[in-house]
Amino acid sequence: MNYLPNILFATILILGIGFFAKNVKKLIRNIKLGHDKDVTDNKSQRWKNMAMIALGQSKMVRRPISGLLHVVVYVGFIIINIEVLEIIIDGLFGTHRIGLKVLPQSVYGFLIGTFEVLAVLVLITVIVFWMRRNVIKLARFWKSEMTRWPKMDGNLILYFEIVLMTLFLVMNATDLDFQTMNSGNIISQYIAPWFSGLSEGTIHIIERGAWWIHITGILIFLNYLYFSKHLHILLAFPNTYFGNLKPQGQFNNLESVTKEVKMMMDPNSDPFAAPAEGAEDEVPAKFGASDVQDLNWVQLLNAYTCTECGRCTSECPANQTGKKLSPRKIMMDTRDRLEEVGKNIDANNGEYKDDGKQLLDNYITKEELWACTSCNACVEACPVSIDPLSIIIEMRRYLVMEQSAAPVELNNMMTNIENNGAPWPYNQMDRLNWKNE
Amino acid sequence: MSELLKVPTMAEFMAQGKQPEVLFWVGCAGSFDDRAKKITKAFVKLLNKANVEFAVLGTEESCTGDPAKRAGNEFLFQMQAVTNIEVLNAYEVKKIVTACPHCFNTIKNEYPELGGNYEVMHHTSFLKSLLDEGRLTIEGGKYKGKRITFHDPCYLGRANNVYEAPRELIQKLEAELIEMKNCKRNGLCCGAGGAQMFKDAEKGDKEVNIERTEQALDIKPEIIAAGCPFCNTMMTDGVKAKEKESDVQVMDVAELIANAQDL
Repeated sequence: MNYLPNILFATILILGIGFFAKNVKKLIRNIKLGHDKDVTDNKSQRWKNMAMIALGQSKMVRRPISGLLHVVVYVGFIIINIEVLEIIIDGLFGTHRIGLKVLPQSVYGFLIGTFEVLAVLVLITVIVFWMRRNVIKLARFWKSEMTRWPKMDGNLILYFEIVLMTLFLVMNATDLDFQTMNSGNIISQYIAPWFSGLSEGTIHIIERGAWWIHITGILIFLNYLYFSKHLHILLAFPNTYFGNLKPQGQFNNLESVTKEVKMMMDPNSDPFAAPAEGAEDEVPAKFGASDVQDLNWVQLLNAYTCTECGRCTSECPANQTGKKLSPRKIMMDTRDRLEEVGKNIDANNGEYKDDGKQLLDNYITKEELWACTSCNACVEACPVSIDPLSIIIEMRRYLVMEQSAAPVELNNMMTNIENNGAPWPYNQMDRLNWKNE
Repeated sequence: MSELLKVPTMAEFMAQGKQPEVLFWVGCAGSFDDRAKKITKAFVKLLNKANVEFAVLGTEESCTGDPAKRAGNEFLFQMQAVTNIEVLNAYEVKKIVTACPHCFNTIKNEYPELGGNYEVMHHTSFLKSLLDEGRLTIEGGKYKGKRITFHDPCYLGRANNVYEAPRELIQKLEAELIEMKNCKRNGLCCGAGGAQMFKDAEKGDKEVNIERTEQALDIKPEIIAAGCPFCNTMMTDGVKAKEKESDVQVMDVAELIANAQDL
């Protein structure tokens, strides 16, 4: 009978972690639906990027207010989580504050005191975040893609954090032995008097309640991640590691096209030659992307990493001037469609069944794609190395090379290049006329 | 004036069995656009003044393929690229300078994989190197003390991290370099990139070039300096739309340096 709480705790823990692991497997499966991309080069630079951008938050603080507020929550989150370790050990073995048994009281007090201070800082910051969204109504949180679930998601995360931090402080404040010890209760000593009118038994019940809800809340929050933009707290690390290392202006050259162009340009190639042995089975590659499976896995990882902060959209010249394009929406649409494809695969025994939908048109319209100036402002703005531009270009490639669906003026421009080697209808033979004008 | 311009071609160098120091890639805008041709000439004057042995491809030059690639036409881009690379490699070109950030970006970053490996410089970086080597002198002249702001071209700045060379040149003019609200890596696009130059904008409530021009006019410059023929067009149009063309000029950095010396 004495072991009931331990068993209950172990069960909740296993369920919480098990369910999360299942979703992580699904997440990896979905990301792998993308094309292969070689990212094995330049490991040292990649580690450095991860250390600077994800761990060091270097791009977050380019906007000092939101950046520094974010650093508070980020540091608080990481450090307070050390406490979770103690909670898990206590829960599994039925101990209470095991840390006090293994650490000198002063060290333990210092740790808990630090957690308490951070908890308060996080609490204040999260309230400021909530006000930025709901009271100050910063423009980037009120764009057209930020309605319904994305809007609610943003607020739910904040409520989660408010509740978790409050429970942590209440848990300490109502732990009478901890308060009597009077070391590390830097903040909770001021909360403890709120409960002084209650009996010792009631206070103990509140302490236990806070403790249980706190750890259960953490496990629920962990499982909430997969369904939320908050997934960035995990994926920011791989995403910055696998991020682009080349100059931002460099777009990839499609290899399938290179093969064809080289063949066309080769005077010795025989246009009537039979395909090489074994080449018959080769399905000609689709040019560009009309759906998520046509993107590469890093682009899909990008989509899951996006936390919808909207810095990209607020820097986008098209969006600033009232066009429909929003780089954030490109990432959100990619994730939503990828989730839809994933669910389709789950429902059809691991095999994707055509559902008559695709990323193009059903999610992202041509109007959005053609509004992009390819200026890289979105790429530069992203605090976690997401590249919305590469997805836009892949989709333009599909529109132009598979569907011949470029705007008519662009078709004119391309015809001019083909015929005269310039985007305007001037003769190539007149290229040096300026010299004598 | 124009007969003073020395513009030898690669073919002429080849015929004499010589190699120029650098190939000047003029680009489509620089060859055909009336406004951009002035930039081309200003740059050539500076090259002549500094006694740089350069050559152009002339009628053998063709579009790099940049607008086709950004529009999604990878086929056309690679056809252009491979053709250009054949010409460049046949002339054994080692070093290229261009006054167009789009040509610069494409040749520098996207040609190597297709077999074209060259040292590529934007004309502002090239002029800066001439200055550092003492081959070119820059004097303030009529621009001394003028308020000049530099509009960062996306394909020079963010795309390739060149921010300082054009600014250092402007400062050598003894001008007052002023910065817009959005500059350097936060620079706002002029609206021409990604093949937008060749089409109408999608429906919105403003043109991008107007937004950018307003940012420039906010800081009351006498000159908006550009480093890209397309930015130049967009900003010139923006200034006209704001009816400020009598107060504010849009000039390429090369033009400023050439004009300052009455070249």
